[in-house]
Amino acid sequence: MLSKVDQKMMALAGDQAVAYAAKQSDVDVVAAYPITPQTIIVEKFSEYVANGEVETEFVCTESEHSAMTASLAASVTGARAFTATASAGLALMHEMLFVTSGCRAPVVMAIANRALSAPLNIHGDHSDSMAQRDSGWIQMYAENSQEAYDSIIQAFKIGENTNVLLPVMVGLDGFTLSHTLENVLTFSDEFVHEFIGTRKIPDVLTHEAKKSPFKLDPKNPMTMGPIALQNYYFEFKRQQEEAMKNAIEIIKDVNNKFADLSGRKYGNGLVEDYKLDDAEIAAICLGSTAGTMKTVIDELRATGTKAGLLRIRTFRPFPSEDIISALKNVKAVAVMDKSMSFGGNGGPAYHEVRHVLYDLPSKPFVVNYIYGLGGRDTSPVQLKTIYIDLQQILKTQTVKEPIKYLGLRQ
Amino acid sequence: MTAQEWKFTSKDIANKPELFLSGHRACAGCAPATVLRLVMKATRGPTIVTEATGCMEVVSSIYPYTSWATPWLHTAFETAAANASGIEAALKILKKKGRISQEHVDVIAIAGDGGTFDIGFQALSGAVERGHDFLFLLYDNEAYMNTGIQRSGGTPHGAATTTSPAGRAIPGKLEYKKPLADIMVAHNMEYVATASPYYWKDLITKVRKGLEVEGPAFLHVFAPCPRGWRSNPAKSIEYSKLAVETCIFPVWEAVNGEYSLSIPSKVLSLAPQRKKPVSEYLKGQGRFRHLFRPENKKLLEEIQNITDKRWQKLLKKCNLP
Repeated sequence: MLSKVDQKMMALAGDQAVAYAAKQSDVDVVAAYPITPQTIIVEKFSEYVANGEVETEFVCTESEHSAMTASLAASVTGARAFTATASAGLALMHEMLFVTSGCRAPVVMAIANRALSAPLNIHGDHSDSMAQRDSGWIQMYAENSQEAYDSIIQAFKIGENTNVLLPVMVGLDGFTLSHTLENVLTFSDEFVHEFIGTRKIPDVLTHEAKKSPFKLDPKNPMTMGPIALQNYYFEFKRQQEEAMKNAIEIIKDVNNKFADLSGRKYGNGLVEDYKLDDAEIAAICLGSTAGTMKTVIDELRATGTKAGLLRIRTFRPFPSEDIISALKNVKAVAVMDKSMSFGGNGGPAYHEVRHVLYDLPSKPFVVNYIYGLGGRDTSPVQLKTIYIDLQQILKTQTVKEPIKYLGLRQ
Repeated sequence: MTAQEWKFTSKDIANKPELFLSGHRACAGCAPATVLRLVMKATRGPTIVTEATGCMEVVSSIYPYTSWATPWLHTAFETAAANASGIEAALKILKKKGRISQEHVDVIAIAGDGGTFDIGFQALSGAVERGHDFLFLLYDNEAYMNTGIQRSGGTPHGAATTTSPAGRAIPGKLEYKKPLADIMVAHNMEYVATASPYYWKDLITKVRKGLEVEGPAFLHVFAPCPRGWRSNPAKSIEYSKLAVETCIFPVWEAVNGEYSLSIPSKVLSLAPQRKKPVSEYLKGQGRFRHLFRPENKKLLEEIQNITDKRWQKLLKKCNLP
């Protein structure tokens, strides 16, 4: 695919790429609090503010809880709001994540994915964002810094779509992406402005059936974040599910439009497959692991092994249909989780993939690999063993160990 | 027009359209509801209100009804000041970018004592330190009333609540009320004041002064709760007066850290004989009933002593003898 717009190559670490994307997205309010490995994002953005390079109100809050709250409040006042966090910071935001999605505030947040305490660990895994998977946020996971940059830009366009109006979190693996310098193709500010556009505030109907902008507007007073009890609460929640469903098409659409202009496409926006068409065995993963996995697959393919990969780019809304169709010819699947669901018989991605395959008349074998917790390195050699295991499963037609821990000291 | 110049009559106030409308579900005799109505009479133009979870939030916004004729936001219990931070930041930049038409929009954050003394204190302290332009209004009914009368950092010494009951071993709350308004003065704020709804003109004037400050302002308003205080609903405003007259809750202002007593309290400093004993205020309130038992006589004396000491300390801060 060719780019229809001018792009400039920059050497950026993942965090820098995210900050640069936020800068170009004409964000009105950034409310944030620093935490490793997200710090570079807020530091970089502070620099833009200090140098007068952005027209953004930067609120350096006293906690992540207030960072999320101020982002939400700015968003319902009509501003485009951005924040970023990781690990404990995201956990502290937990309460407000639900309020943000419940208020239908399309805040965009970057997560430099990191392990949760205890024991304290600052390195990358998906425990933080996976613990928030039911908070009503759209969740995307980037494979590299380029995708982190592109996804932040796309996230505003997705979340602010008036048929969606949901907050979006974009995950980038802590240190592996956040602190690693990569070549990133960047757009002009003008292109990004035009691609996202100014935030549109939809009209809603008042009790008098008059149209009123869905924001805090002194000319059209609206009560936002009310108490809704047994008689109305349920409908609010059902509407959020509808918005998630709408997001599926919007994410695909934004991915296509973006690809058309930039020459970069992330699968269909929801999932990306790699050498899956004729694959007999496949792995499913999220985030930066996919990059290593692609190399492993190339090696396996060179020796005649029909191996493939499905990367889940969008975890919420969960791309059920796309997973079913991507795996239709696959006979054995290994789902990789960089987080745990203690006592839950496997990790969250494993649960959900198995769940969508349940109704199929013929199903592949599905096994789980939990790996990389607390930033534990996962080598290509280790990843290769997954495919060797899958081959063994096909050969014996039995699964001896459905849940395995990769690279764990036994 | 500054608040000093802003003269208003009862008629002006009566004629001003209500922004906190009737039909809310507050209990009979609820002083916080009266406080909110008065507060909204002091607005000077477009105003956005944000509230912490609490009595006044739940009684005024039960979907699909609302008592708010002004834009209003609730997000959570501990977030009133963080809400105000986000709203104010958004208004500032949207105005700069020409995306809102109003010349200025005032922001009022409202919270009860739980949402201010306790769970919301961090967000409040942070927002004040950052200097957001908003008025934080604390309506202090001295316990978590919305959840059924549990003690807060604002509950006074000796009061019985459901989490500091007056039992056989412990006679109500042992700890003292946190001097929150003083703590806010220590944040180097331009305007901090205390007010009581009995002195409604004083209250309205202070709200207006707080709004006129360019930066954060803090107003601590005393607000009796007949349900939580086990007091006669008809006497909430009377207790608002007695609290001032006994110096349990003096009314004062601190402008750039300079304390001065407001008239109702100043009168007592000039004529100390008019200062009433605390028992006048405590009696009749069910939460203090146990203090009048013979075995708790010392506790009652202690409350009088502490009230006197705090009053003397305040007089000193106001450079009064």
